[in-house]
Amino acid sequence: MKKLATLAGILAISTAPAWAQTELSLWYHGAGNPTEGEILGTVISDFNASQSDWMVKLEQFPQGAYNDTIVAAAVAGNLPDIIDVDGPNMPNWAWAGYLAPLQLSEGTLDGFLPGTIGTWKDQVYSVGLWDAAVAMFARKSVLEENGIRIPTLDQPWTGDEFNAALETLKATGEFEFPLDLSMDDRGEWYPYAFSPFLQSFGGDIMDRTTYTTAEGALNGDAAIAWGEWWQSLFTNQYAPGTSQTAADHATGFIDGRYALQWNGVWNALPALEAFGDDLLFLPAPDFGNGPKIGAASWQFGVSATSQHQDGASAFIEFATQDKYVAAFSNGLGLIPATASAAELTENYKPGGPLAVFYDLSKAQGTLRPATPGYVVAALEFIKLAADIANGADVADTLDAATDAIDADIQRNNNYGF
Amino acid sequence: MSAVISPNTGVNTALRYLLLVVFALIFVFPILFMVVSSFKPAQQLLRDTASIAAFLPVGDLSFDNYAAAFRRAPVALFIFNSVVITVVTVAGALFICSMAAFSFAFLEFKGKEVVLAVLIATLIVPFETIAIPMLMLVNNLPWIGAGGLQFGWLNTYHVQIVPFLADALTIFLFVQYFRDLPRELIEAARLDGATWFQVYTRVIVPISGPVFATAAILKFLAMYNQYLWPLLVTQSEQYRPVMVGLQYFFQLNIAWGEVMAYLSIITLPVLIFYLVLQRAFISSIASTGIKG
Repeated sequence: MKKLATLAGILAISTAPAWAQTELSLWYHGAGNPTEGEILGTVISDFNASQSDWMVKLEQFPQGAYNDTIVAAAVAGNLPDIIDVDGPNMPNWAWAGYLAPLQLSEGTLDGFLPGTIGTWKDQVYSVGLWDAAVAMFARKSVLEENGIRIPTLDQPWTGDEFNAALETLKATGEFEFPLDLSMDDRGEWYPYAFSPFLQSFGGDIMDRTTYTTAEGALNGDAAIAWGEWWQSLFTNQYAPGTSQTAADHATGFIDGRYALQWNGVWNALPALEAFGDDLLFLPAPDFGNGPKIGAASWQFGVSATSQHQDGASAFIEFATQDKYVAAFSNGLGLIPATASAAELTENYKPGGPLAVFYDLSKAQGTLRPATPGYVVAALEFIKLAADIANGADVADTLDAATDAIDADIQRNNNYGF
Repeated sequence: MSAVISPNTGVNTALRYLLLVVFALIFVFPILFMVVSSFKPAQQLLRDTASIAAFLPVGDLSFDNYAAAFRRAPVALFIFNSVVITVVTVAGALFICSMAAFSFAFLEFKGKEVVLAVLIATLIVPFETIAIPMLMLVNNLPWIGAGGLQFGWLNTYHVQIVPFLADALTIFLFVQYFRDLPRELIEAARLDGATWFQVYTRVIVPISGPVFATAAILKFLAMYNQYLWPLLVTQSEQYRPVMVGLQYFFQLNIAWGEVMAYLSIITLPVLIFYLVLQRAFISSIASTGIKG
């Protein structure tokens, strides 16, 4: 009996730190991606073992259902302590009271790509361990055969050069279309992939100096010039329109039916497998205001209703270590958030097959407007881009979208701006 | 009376069969595409969509997509959850809704028609409009379970069952059917001293096979296909049903072969349930056909 009591005492002492740990709930969008879950699981178990105050517990959700789940949880009043959030949605969730500013040690985010830091009203609400980027997928042999200059980060194609390249490729008759824009994916892909073209023309989804109107930015001369160019891609048969199927997009470039493809880094490895050294990842064309591509992917934030925001921030800070950033990049193929982590990866280390994407993200990455109103503005952009592609009057369509975005901003009292 | 078939009748029959075959193909092709595609590698699957090969088991066929689907998601758990939730709800709903309909059809009470009219009016209210208020409600409701009295129903089976035990459509189906039954049967039973509950269990239920089968099939499909409600109320994987599970397969690069494999697997319980009830449905019609 005495031995039993002693054993119980030893057990109690040895497990005491675990009992003292306060549980932190973490919701993540990675259900259905075992690799992602495994890496995050490692980060969590390392964090739990590294200190005696906090015990993070993971609950995963499928990406397509994640945002609705968060909104429902906010309504029900049971948000977790740590949330992951898609970058452009962060300001909306901060404004809605779902997120609190992070409590990170000074210097934690030094060297992070701009697209991985979620800032709203001068406060950091979220941080991503990776970023995503878009590039023009092309085959070196095709460009050389047709006498088309291969653009570089320092010397991207000008708008005229790009249009001439499309015309040249179309004239060969070898391709069903010279360019694939993935018009089948009528979701966040549209503002993420196509609004940087608008910004390169000098327009924008809304006026970023005030964030209280889209007037002038979305329906000014620059935006109209973008709209006319955008429409010409489809009237000139340079790119398949909104009737494109997912199957066409998935096979068109690899099968040689499309000459160029505006595509994300997450599709880079299959394309590399198909074309090897012949494959090029080219920067965005410069339409007058600099070449631009989308930025910001999924990021970690702290729930505003969490009773343990310090612990939640401590976990996020722990996760920003290079070894974890590199592990996510190796597992998911996405761009590591820091240069030091990139050196630890297979694909993004100097000379790695995808290293160019890190440079692209750093040089051209442009955040979507950091405002709660972006959520509605993005839907308007999706609609206008599809309508203009389908032949709608450019000026009228841009005016209508501007009015709709402004009406939403006014309804919400300028979203706090 | 001779059994000679006129040429016109033969042509009509042929046309009728042709039409039926065309309709059958229209309904069968999507299922055929789903099953055949579930055995193809992703790239081949997508390429085949441009031709009739999409419906043919040709090329590099394997069970790889099925194995990958089981690796990606806890498929068996999702099916188990859906079957439990659906079967319990269907059984409960058949009992509760038919009893409610019985009272509307045969009992006399004040305000009956008004209550029924209001009930039927709720058919036009989309579930999406009441989902959030319902969520707030169930999040605060008490429940006595193994752990004693608890508040909040989220992350349970009963939160996916109880709100759907009674619904206007099922009650309406039963009411319509019961009203067409000969009242003499009920009156005879009452004269013989049967209570209302005995009339329900011994007279009405045995002759109402078709409506029970129809209501069961409709309710089964509605419950098995539930997406929005379980999405809102299940924050734990342990209680998620098949339709929420489908989202596990929509990643940045969608593996369409796995999607088709998963869809083929989760379609099986529906087909089995339908085939089982189809027999009951037909035999119910045959046995009750003499009542008129």
